Amino acid sequence: MTVTASAELSDLRSFLHGLPGVDKVGVEARAAALATRSIKADSKAAAIDLAIRMVDLTTLEGADTPGKVRALCAKAIRPDPADPACPPVAAICVYPAMAPIAAAALAGSGVHLASVATAFPSGQAPLEVKLADTRDAVAAGADEIDMVISRGAFLAGDYRRVFDEIVAVKQACGDAHLKVILETGELATYDNIRRASWLAMLAGADFIKTSTGKVSVNATLPITLVMLEAVRDFRERHGRIIGVKPAGGIKTTKDAIKYLVLINETVGDEWLHPDRFRFGASSLLNDLLMQRTKLTTGHYAGPDYFTLD
Amino acid sequence: MFEYAPAPESRSVVEIASSYGLFIDGSFDGGKDGNVFKTVDPATEEVLAEVAAAGPEDVDRAVAAARRAFTTWSALPGSERAKYLFRIARIIQERSRELAVLESLDNGKPIRESRDVDLPLVAAHFFYYAGWADKLRYAGFGPDPRPLGVAAQVIPWNFPLLMLAWKIAPALATGNTVVLKPAETTPLSALFFADVCRQAELPAGVVNIVTGAGDTGAYLVRHPDVAKVAFTGSTEVGREIARSVAGTGKRLTLELGGKAANIVFDDAPIDQAVEGIVNGIFFNQGHVCCAGSRLLVQESVLDQVLESLKRRMATLRVGDPLDKNTDIGAINSAAQLARITELSEIGVQEGAERWSPECSLPDRGFWFAPTIFTGVTQAHRIAREEIFGPVLSVLTFRTPDEAVAKANNTPYGLSAGIWTEKGSRILAVADKLRAGVVWANTFNKFDPASPFGGYKESGYGREGGRHGLEAYLA
Repeated sequence: MTVTASAELSDLRSFLHGLPGVDKVGVEARAAALATRSIKADSKAAAIDLAIRMVDLTTLEGADTPGKVRALCAKAIRPDPADPACPPVAAICVYPAMAPIAAAALAGSGVHLASVATAFPSGQAPLEVKLADTRDAVAAGADEIDMVISRGAFLAGDYRRVFDEIVAVKQACGDAHLKVILETGELATYDNIRRASWLAMLAGADFIKTSTGKVSVNATLPITLVMLEAVRDFRERHGRIIGVKPAGGIKTTKDAIKYLVLINETVGDEWLHPDRFRFGASSLLNDLLMQRTKLTTGHYAGPDYFTLD
Repeated sequence: MFEYAPAPESRSVVEIASSYGLFIDGSFDGGKDGNVFKTVDPATEEVLAEVAAAGPEDVDRAVAAARRAFTTWSALPGSERAKYLFRIARIIQERSRELAVLESLDNGKPIRESRDVDLPLVAAHFFYYAGWADKLRYAGFGPDPRPLGVAAQVIPWNFPLLMLAWKIAPALATGNTVVLKPAETTPLSALFFADVCRQAELPAGVVNIVTGAGDTGAYLVRHPDVAKVAFTGSTEVGREIARSVAGTGKRLTLELGGKAANIVFDDAPIDQAVEGIVNGIFFNQGHVCCAGSRLLVQESVLDQVLESLKRRMATLRVGDPLDKNTDIGAINSAAQLARITELSEIGVQEGAERWSPECSLPDRGFWFAPTIFTGVTQAHRIAREEIFGPVLSVLTFRTPDEAVAKANNTPYGLSAGIWTEKGSRILAVADKLRAGVVWANTFNKFDPASPFGGYKESGYGREGGRHGLEAYLA
């Protein structure tokens, strides 16, 4: 297996361009067909709880304050104060400046702390700045780092530079898990998304993530399908399981369940776990809670019965 | 594993009567000699209804009614005929949930397909030909094309309502009247359609539905007052019809069997090609005349394609057609199941390797697990004969020329598929394939604007599109 890896690395361009193409019409049709699955009753209840456990509850605003971040952490630990059986979310995702606040608020809770780093969201900064950003976040207590790739370098065909940056950031992460944001909306084609996924995985990503949430096209089902196919094929070749994180634009329970169906019928149940799949989202959580309450009590509660943070 | 709880579509959305008569001259009546047959739900073998079997006198009455109606129907301005067709299309859309459930019950196809494929296409077909009704002079068939008269139409059981739409919509748009015989195992949606005609206030006699078995159809196509015969079904029956029509002056179109090659080149988008292979052969349980039943894979990617295909097949959900998550429903009849079983056994005897994913089939009803045969050669019967079931034969090739030669090496010529990311190869190969429909990087896609029909033993004439008008105009 390592032989293959070194062969792949020795000529990144040939390897990435040798991957089978993605037919746009076909992949979108497949995602749309899977989106018609009807998930009811017990399956729906299980799916909602799993989706809650997969949420990376996110706030990435210029207006973030310690108060806002603490409130979000409280919600992450106990999403539904009315129901102690409701599971906590997977992680909180914040800017590095907010990481110390979040680390203190989450201490001992088991909820992970993810911090975006590497000059999020554009990635347009010198490597030293990106590495310092990463180290700071880890030092502040982040155990997951969400980095952005240099889309400019990728689109210019400088795959080696993108690769080396990911390797360097991974090193700067130490024990922290590395999620690599491809910013699929800027890569534009499915072929690019497949290549960028492989590039990130070969460079040592623990997760590949669709988007920053800061551009007009964020996570979509077909984009996530292409990335799931990539982690599936990578696992077969290299034996290592890489996680997938769609982020941005997933707002409803219905949407979230479509992603779970996609996992189920593409890569299988090994990925149906918060260690392997995450939703980068904020407003999704309240919809999940609302649907969860509907299933347990039999009626819909108004939005004021769910906390705003 | 993420198990999906049952998600059945409600059976009660559609009312099924315990017995049905024939639809002749705008009203239902029992057959003259009182013969009936039963139609069953192939998923449970439960009897759905008793249906009148039309005898010669009934067919005579139907043809006479259609002849009478022809005088006024053909004289209507095209824009007036269009109004009826638009109305029918809209009623079908409004009642599509009822029709989808009915179609799945009587045919065994999954509700996901009847709901998302059959019914939208049925409505689209009526909308499409409604649009042509007042533009026939500009269709390229002369300055004043005329309708033929009474069209005798005999349709199969695999897409009961869609085949009805393919037949009736162009016939009516061009000013002909019809007597249609649905398949013996799937008469119910055609009888429902008769009710749609009444709801649309279509003049009596323009559409007549006579139910029955093969002898009813044989009598209908031989009827001297019929001007046009349109048949979709097996090549065997098509040949018989061609013989009986020969020399009578009747116009004839035949849409018959197929053994389509689905060709996967080594530069194909593999994940989507696998979807296309699955859709090509397992769509509608493989009961598709244009099914991609012969997979031709470039030998250099055979292992990769087979591995992906098997992994994908393991996720196919076989079972209750009314469950919204079912991918593969029931085989339409015991007779068809017997044929599929027999040919599959022959495949094993001839030395091909048989594989199916693990799947539990219901105890009652007619079921066949999705199956592939590898190591198949051109000499195997399963590579030559139409199985008309969820059974795929996998063959290999080395070069584009060999792919084309093998694809064309069949008495059929209905459809073919090409999978490659290379545009020039698509054009070059499509040009050499002797098949009426060639799909590139997709399979089993239909559109009312696109003509459909075969080469060689797959029949002649085109249905759909502007071309589909020609068969109904003089």
